[in-house]
Amino acid sequence: MAAIELRGLTKVYPGGVTALDALDLVVPDGEFFALLGPSGCGKTTLLRTIAGLEAATGGAVVIGGRDVTGVQPGERDVAMVFQDYALFPHMDVADNIAYPLRIKKVPKGARRGKAAEVGARLGLDGLMDRRPGQLSGGQQQRVALARVMATQAQAFLFDEPLSNLDARLRLEARTFLKKLQRELGVTTVFVTHDQAEALAMADRMAVMEAGHIRQIGTPAEVFQRPANTFVAAFIGSTPMNLLDATVRGDTLEVAGCKVPVPASAEGRLQDGERLVYGVRPEYMAYSDGPADAALAGKVAIVENLGASYLVTLDVGDVAVQAVVPEGREPAVGSDGHAVPRRDRALVYRDGELV
Amino acid sequence: MIRFVLGRIGFYALVAVVLAFFTLPLLWLVTAPFTADPTYEVRVPLPGGGRGDGGTAAFTWDNFRAVLEHPYALPSLYNSVLLSAGTAALVVLLAALAAYALSRVRLPGRDALLYVLLLLSSIITGTAAIVPLFQLAVELDLIDSRLGLVLILTGGLLPAAIFMLKDFMDSTPKSYEESARVFGASPLQIVRHVVVPLVRPGLATIAVWAVANVWGNFLMPYLLLSDVEKQPAAVITYTLYTEGGQANLRLLSTFGLLYSVPVVLMYLFVSKKYGFRFHGGIKR
Amino acid sequence: MAQATSPPDAAPGEDARARRHSTDAAGLGRVRAALFTAPALALIAVFLVFPALWVLYLGLTTYRLTGADAAEPQFVGLDNFVEALWDPAFWDSTWLTVEFVLGSAVVGQVGLGFTIAWLLRDRRGPLKRLVEGLVILAWILPSAVVSFLWVALLDRDSGTLNALLGIPGFPWLLDHPMLSIVVFNTWRGTAFSMMLYGAALGNVPPSHLESARLAGATGWQQLRDVVFPHIKGHVLTNLLLISLWTFNDFTPFMLTAGGPDGRSEVLAVHVYKVAVQSGELGYGAALSTIILLINLVVAVFYLRLLRSKR
Ligand SMILES: Nc1ncnc2c1ncn2[C@@H]1O[C@H](COP(=O)(O)OP(=O)(O)O)[C@@H](O)[C@H]1O
Ligand SMILES: [Mg+2]
Repeated sequence: MAAIELRGLTKVYPGGVTALDALDLVVPDGEFFALLGPSGCGKTTLLRTIAGLEAATGGAVVIGGRDVTGVQPGERDVAMVFQDYALFPHMDVADNIAYPLRIKKVPKGARRGKAAEVGARLGLDGLMDRRPGQLSGGQQQRVALARVMATQAQAFLFDEPLSNLDARLRLEARTFLKKLQRELGVTTVFVTHDQAEALAMADRMAVMEAGHIRQIGTPAEVFQRPANTFVAAFIGSTPMNLLDATVRGDTLEVAGCKVPVPASAEGRLQDGERLVYGVRPEYMAYSDGPADAALAGKVAIVENLGASYLVTLDVGDVAVQAVVPEGREPAVGSDGHAVPRRDRALVYRDGELV
Repeated sequence: MIRFVLGRIGFYALVAVVLAFFTLPLLWLVTAPFTADPTYEVRVPLPGGGRGDGGTAAFTWDNFRAVLEHPYALPSLYNSVLLSAGTAALVVLLAALAAYALSRVRLPGRDALLYVLLLLSSIITGTAAIVPLFQLAVELDLIDSRLGLVLILTGGLLPAAIFMLKDFMDSTPKSYEESARVFGASPLQIVRHVVVPLVRPGLATIAVWAVANVWGNFLMPYLLLSDVEKQPAAVITYTLYTEGGQANLRLLSTFGLLYSVPVVLMYLFVSKKYGFRFHGGIKR
Repeated sequence: MAQATSPPDAAPGEDARARRHSTDAAGLGRVRAALFTAPALALIAVFLVFPALWVLYLGLTTYRLTGADAAEPQFVGLDNFVEALWDPAFWDSTWLTVEFVLGSAVVGQVGLGFTIAWLLRDRRGPLKRLVEGLVILAWILPSAVVSFLWVALLDRDSGTLNALLGIPGFPWLLDHPMLSIVVFNTWRGTAFSMMLYGAALGNVPPSHLESARLAGATGWQQLRDVVFPHIKGHVLTNLLLISLWTFNDFTPFMLTAGGPDGRSEVLAVHVYKVAVQSGELGYGAALSTIILLINLVVAVFYLRLLRSKR
């Protein structure tokens, strides 16, 4: 097992696209690390550069204390699951799982034994002599995992391993993958564009935008205190309310209403300053009747989220969203009042958290 | 409904015309060898046939006996097998390696090079270059050498083979190779374990194409092999053709059939096992 | 929180490292790629490029099969080329070749090949295998055999065709030599186009065809608006290959020997007659060079189309 360390890692593609711009990152030994970002931000490039499939334009990749920047992929002791799994269509499941061992010249008998053992652990027994084409998406994904496990590599790299599964299977696989990683204790870098997946699975995570890392932290930190408006808007299944605000003494004027300055920003704001006020819909107390320090408006839309409702209020000419528990949802057109939680509200100056 | 029926009728009519067009010339090949005294006419060989009633002829195996007794007929088939198997093996091996490298690595001037070679090959394998090739063979001491002939034929077939195989390789996803590479496979291992199995139908198609080409090639062996014991069936066919100024139809038809059967069997085998098709097609 | 590491010290020799590190899928790198292509290129250089250059050189000489010019050919510059361009026989052959390529390759093989591929596009089973098998048979049988089969088919007195048409004694090869070799070559070469278009049609996404059908497109409109845009690359590459192959095809010689009176003497046959039968090797080589140039023009024409239509 080994830590992964990236120092000033830069990748410029021949066409001139800068996919990675001087990235610094440390993934400690044994950590389950998620890389989250919109598509095209350079996640796959980052994984491929760690694996050695792309040559870094600048900077260094250090795995287990060894600088592997110029080392061939096969000698880096990492294993990768590709987005399309890349299972060899002409080999059966057992041969696919055992392929890394074949490269290491493990004798055939021992190879099949190990494949059977790993396969059984992932619930693949009974499928060992099928071809990948005869497997479901979920089974293929587990074969790809089994093949990676058979390598006993120092670190695992997963490129959106769940994105080819349907929604229900994805939830199952999520739990399964997390449990597996915990048991194996192998350093894992996990790429996804799905923020819920990153929040649910990662020990720590990084949010990327256009070749830059915009925030690194635990899922709780990233969710509760997004470091900038990009992360704030990207994280959360319901997007954060990001509202223009003006400082008026020790209150903020937001869409014509007055709310207190958030606890985290107290004493750091200047009177008359224009800022962005951020609060998650989950961190709003909603009431039908008037309330202090509330954003008050008319209910425009009510969306069913299952056990709760997402209520959109028209406050002046801005839309404010709040999550309301089931049974308390208002009628469209009625008056509504949303009170932000002071300890969870945030202020952004020039896009950065104050 | 009427449109549908008309469409069906049109479809089967067209298919019937196509079938007739492609079958008609072949009828003679499957009947003449079994008839006594074959002419250019297609007659059905029947025991006791050919007594004035039109369209039939006496059935016989005699023509095959005559071919067996011909001193060079059967050995020439063996020579054809040697030449085409050797050439096909060499073409497939060298073209696969080259096509793979050209498909995966951007070498400068790659496409232009391929097209130029393709152009040259279609001309050089024709009649234009027989003189320099002959002189070259003399200089390199390759006259009457089967190996020399195989090398020359290979050189002529390689550009088109590379061109077609590269297309196959281009259409296979790269992630298989990358995955093998991360597991530590060397480039040659990747070719053996991953690329060859993936493009096997393409390799088989190119092999059939190469064999069929060499099997039918008359000019090059005629030019470069003077020893009649080394000459392939293509050359021997013409010695039957002109015997006594007139075509010997008994030998010609029968030998033609024997000469055709091996390539047909090979095609059937390959198409059954791998499917005979230009996989992704030649795209762009 | 953010575990930023210290900024990287400028790593020396970074460029060299990146270069050593191959970025293609299999990690071949340029050196190994060159090694992979070397054996093929070596054979091609010796047995293809070298003879081709030699042909270019011979075309500038009076080299002959026999006589004084066999031992010591004279260098005559472009005389052979000038002679060819003034020779009506050369121009006749050129036009016959154009007819042959247009008739048998472009119209015959491409048209018939596409028609068969289109007819059989979503069929499985014995009928498809039978048709494809027969078409491919015509392609893989040795040319010595198939040319003889066609001689038998077209024979004026007892040939099958005349028997079927009820016109015994009609001399196809004498009265219609070009038509004969055009039809023959169509029969001979359709397989390649058929297989190519079969594969290409298989790549047209069914959903595109379905949405065209839902929009009420007729068969012809589907072909034009959906199928053709998808396969036009295939069409042009296929046209390029078979045009070149047909241009240099020598098999017509086996049916008509260029006759009667040179009425089916396409360029490949013309060169053979000049170089081998008359022994004028230098002049023949010059003709070959001209053929090469014509082929080059044809190839460039197709490649242009390919590029502009992409
Ligand atoms: N082989 C390549 N050549 C040139 N540009 C590329 C290549 N691969 C990716 N890119 C570009 O690099 C950027 C990052 O791509 P990628 O790492 O695939 O993003 P992600 O995986 O986050 O969706 C994109 O702008 C993409 O267009
Ligand atoms: Mg990606």
